[in-house]
Formats: sequence, structure tokens, C-alpha cells
Amino acid sequence: MHGRVNWFKYASPASFYPLAGRMLPWFAAAAAVFAAAGLYIGFFAAPPDYQQGEVYRIIFIHVPAAWMSMFIYVVMAMYAVATLALRTRLSAMMIAALAPTGALFTFIALWSGAFWGRPTWGAWWVWDARLTSELILLFLYFGYFALHGALGRDARADRAAAMLVLVGSINIPIIYFSVRWWNTLHQGASVSLTAAPKMAHLMLAGMFLMALAVWMYAIAVALARVRCIIRERERRAVTWEGMAWTR
Amino acid sequence: MGGHGVDTVTRFFEMGGYALYVWGAYGMAFALIGLEVARLARRSRQRVRRAPPQRPVRPQWRRAA
Repeated sequence: MHGRVNWFKYASPASFYPLAGRMLPWFAAAAAVFAAAGLYIGFFAAPPDYQQGEVYRIIFIHVPAAWMSMFIYVVMAMYAVATLALRTRLSAMMIAALAPTGALFTFIALWSGAFWGRPTWGAWWVWDARLTSELILLFLYFGYFALHGALGRDARADRAAAMLVLVGSINIPIIYFSVRWWNTLHQGASVSLTAAPKMAHLMLAGMFLMALAVWMYAIAVALARVRCIIRERERRAVTWEGMAWTR
Repeated sequence: MGGHGVDTVTRFFEMGGYALYVWGAYGMAFALIGLEVARLARRSRQRVRRAPPQRPVRPQWRRAA
């Protein structure tokens, strides 16, 4: 029809492939710019913390990584809904493209948290609700890899893995609210939508810039990875279409 | 601050005595991110082995127009 936009056009891997390729450099460049600005503010402009001294600077990687670890999982869960309800192939490919980066940020959050906990709490690890639920998130990512890897690349494997992702998403509010629901050693939120932030402006600016950086990075990496997945999985389709875009 | 440039650089890397923790946290983060980018770059460069050329297979999801 005249003037009507076909919203599902880019739900097709073949048409999303070149679009992802065009978007990728912009997100990669944005990630680099935000990371440079965020690290500059985090290490040079922001003053030392009045209680913790210099060690608090771990916050600029720890909090953005922890946010991304949860956010990527939420996005995967939404793609899981699309995979199960609409049976679109690209949504399952996006889950596969996002999962390694989600696991990466989960690990970085746990690792940087351990390196922050040791000097401030006196322990690398405690079985506190926030830490434990974040560790479970890492295991959920591993569970997805194991299931998807074991079942193969067909549509049934995609749906089974999507179901696992969807069920696991119950863990996300548990992580988020753990510091409120339980008495945790982990501190509560320093930033919330409803209250004024409990941080100096420069610290906050550095944290948000780093959050934007990891966000852009995650998008860039997911786009690059989904292109690989499309090429690897759609090669039969590609042969049929006689398209040159696999090269 | 003040002092010579070398002192400033040294003091920066000392991180007020928390060098192990700060650089341990960032070092792992950047190492893993670098690894992910490198692996992805290699995967992107890999030529996809083409399907057997005998007969093109019509994809299942596509309805005949």
C-alpha cells in the first residue's frame, strides 16, 4: 500500500544483515567516545571519595557492567517472547548474539565487585543476596549456552532456549530489588529515578558516560555477532537467493 | 598535586595504595573486552563454507509468492 511502512521488513535476517553492517561503526565509534570521556572523568576529573579514597574508582566499570548484565538479559527475554510468539528467526539470532556479551558483563560486574569488596568489606566474596543473585545470572547465561549449544541450530532449539531465557528473567527483579528485600552487605542504589542521587556530580557524570559506553559497545558487538550468525546459519538461504552479501 | 611529572604518573598508578584492586578490576574488564572484540573480528573474517552446490534448497520459512 502506498505510504505504509513495512515494520517487519528488518525482521528478516537477509534485510537486517546490511542494516546491521551500516549501524555497527556508529555504535562502535560512540562507545569509544563515551568510554574515553567516562574514563577521563572517572580517573582525572572526579575527586577521590571522602571515605574510600581512590578505590571507589572501580565504580565506573562495576556499576555500568552490572546494569548491562541485567539489561542485556531483559532484552534477551523480550527477544525470547518474540521468538516464541511470532516465531521470527532473527529474534532467536539476536538472543544468541547478545548472550556472550551479557555473560561478559556479568562476569566483569562480579570480578570488579570482588576487587572492590576485598579492600572495603574485607572479603572477596560474601553470600549476600545481591552477589548471589548476580552469580545466578551468570549461571543462567551459561545455561543458555549449554542448552542452545546442545540442541543445535534449528527452530526447535531456538524456542527451547528462548523458553529458558524467559523463565530465567524472574531473576532480574530479584537482583534489582535484593538490596531492598534483604539485609545485604552490598549497598543500596546510589542512583534512582525518584530520589536525588547520593553522589557527587562528577562521579555521577563519569558513571553515566561509562554506562552509555558499555551500552553502545554491547549494541555494536551484538550487531557484529548477529551478522556472523546470519552468515553461518542462513547459508542455504543465501545460496538460494544467490546473494553476494555472505562475503 | 605538584611535583615532577614522573611523580604524578607514579602516584596515579599507585591509586592511593589500592593499585591492585583498581587495576585488577579494570585490567580484567579490558582484557575480556579485548578478547571478545578479537574473537569477533576473527569470526567475521572467516569465510563461510558454502553449502553443497548441487541443488539450492528453498528455505522453509518462505512462502511461495
